[in-house]
Amino acid sequence: MERHFDEELKDLRKDLLKMGVMVQEAIFKSIEALKNRNKAQAKDVIASDDKIDEIELTIDEKCIDLIARHQPMAGDLRFLTTSMKINADLERIADLSVDIAQRVLELVDKPILKPLIDIPRLSTIAQNMIRDAIDSFVKKDVELAKKVVLFDPEADKLRNAVQDELINDYMSKDPKTADRAVALLLIARHLERICDHTTNIAEDVIYMVEGKVVKHHPEELR
Amino acid sequence: MAKILTKNLNLWYGTFQALINVNMAVQEKRITAIIGPSGCGKSTLLRVFNRMNDLIEGVRTKGKVEIDNQNILEGDFSELVQLRKKVGMVFQRPNPFPLSIYENIIFGLKVHHLAKKEEFDRIVERALESVLLWDDLKDKLHSNALRLSLEQRQRLCIARAIAVAPDIVLMDEPCSALDPQSTARIEELMRELKKDYTIIIVTHNMQQAARVSDDTGFMLLGELVEFDNTDKIFTRPQDKRTEDYITGRYG
Repeated sequence: MERHFDEELKDLRKDLLKMGVMVQEAIFKSIEALKNRNKAQAKDVIASDDKIDEIELTIDEKCIDLIARHQPMAGDLRFLTTSMKINADLERIADLSVDIAQRVLELVDKPILKPLIDIPRLSTIAQNMIRDAIDSFVKKDVELAKKVVLFDPEADKLRNAVQDELINDYMSKDPKTADRAVALLLIARHLERICDHTTNIAEDVIYMVEGKVVKHHPEELR
Repeated sequence: MAKILTKNLNLWYGTFQALINVNMAVQEKRITAIIGPSGCGKSTLLRVFNRMNDLIEGVRTKGKVEIDNQNILEGDFSELVQLRKKVGMVFQRPNPFPLSIYENIIFGLKVHHLAKKEEFDRIVERALESVLLWDDLKDKLHSNALRLSLEQRQRLCIARAIAVAPDIVLMDEPCSALDPQSTARIEELMRELKKDYTIIIVTHNMQQAARVSDDTGFMLLGELVEFDNTDKIFTRPQDKRTEDYITGRYG
């Protein structure tokens, strides 16, 4: 039996997808701005964050409203609570993209410190992870969600590599590079945090579909 | 150990099979809710536990229902009387006898010869206290029970059921005639009572089952589809039929 409630849930799913697309765009643009040393692109990321914040509030409101009016149970309840969490994670990811854009604005007027290698790789990982996490949500695909969770250590590794390189090869050798090195280090850190939030999303998808809690229980992933 | 255990329980009304291979373990001093659509057999199952179905012509049962390890389906009239003492029941419509409040509560004691006359006062007080009616009614114990409000009447019926010191209290839609406030207060009372009694409640109100019970069984077309901890049933049921019913897709 199709319920009116299903229509409302579909509507909510659409909003979340829209937000997912906007967030993906924000990450992409912030990294492009870094690669191209493009001020306008960085400013664009910062400006579009208000819109994402607005959608976040709308989604939250819809979730609360649906819970109050329908008192959802079982799969419906898991979908709604998961939506609220994914909503919060997406908004945080958007904020981190803004943080990256701000670092870019700090960097563009200064000379290039080094060619970027690991940071673009890290950003590719982050973008693939978020794409797959949103896909897993849409398709209720637990295997894809697991793949996202299991990929997160790669991001940590790359972040550490960036950090080691910046500290050992630049900051400790030439303190004058510190401001640029710190900015790049922070960008790596922001990207790694994006991966962490994405991991949360994937874990929540697994809970939504199977009712299984894998957060803090990695053994459940096997 | 299970307080009530059903083993391959089947029940027929004439040729209609109302219960199909029901296997269920009700734990002691917990609230067990049985939910399911109309006609799924939940009230029939509840009535098996104190053999209320015996009154209906053409009823046939197969399988076992054990309370404290004793099969209750066998046994003569005297055992039935003992069973009814052990297993009290509260119905949908509060149904006090057209007697005084006091007489209502001691009715079962008199029938079962359970207490001496001089003990009646104390038992009445205790029963009314446990359903939180004592303070309101202690000065009008001899007025007619039918003058009470619906909620008070239902509380009185619960007091009447527990006055004979049963182990188990069966409740068949005990709040469906009550308004939300009275319902909430009866639910609070149920939580109090489970310290001393094993409670089984049949309800159409899923939110009520979710709020008040520790374990929940979902029945459909005479079968017990799923039985588990209430939090699990309402957040992550295992059977699709349970999921469909509690999310309102069944129908």
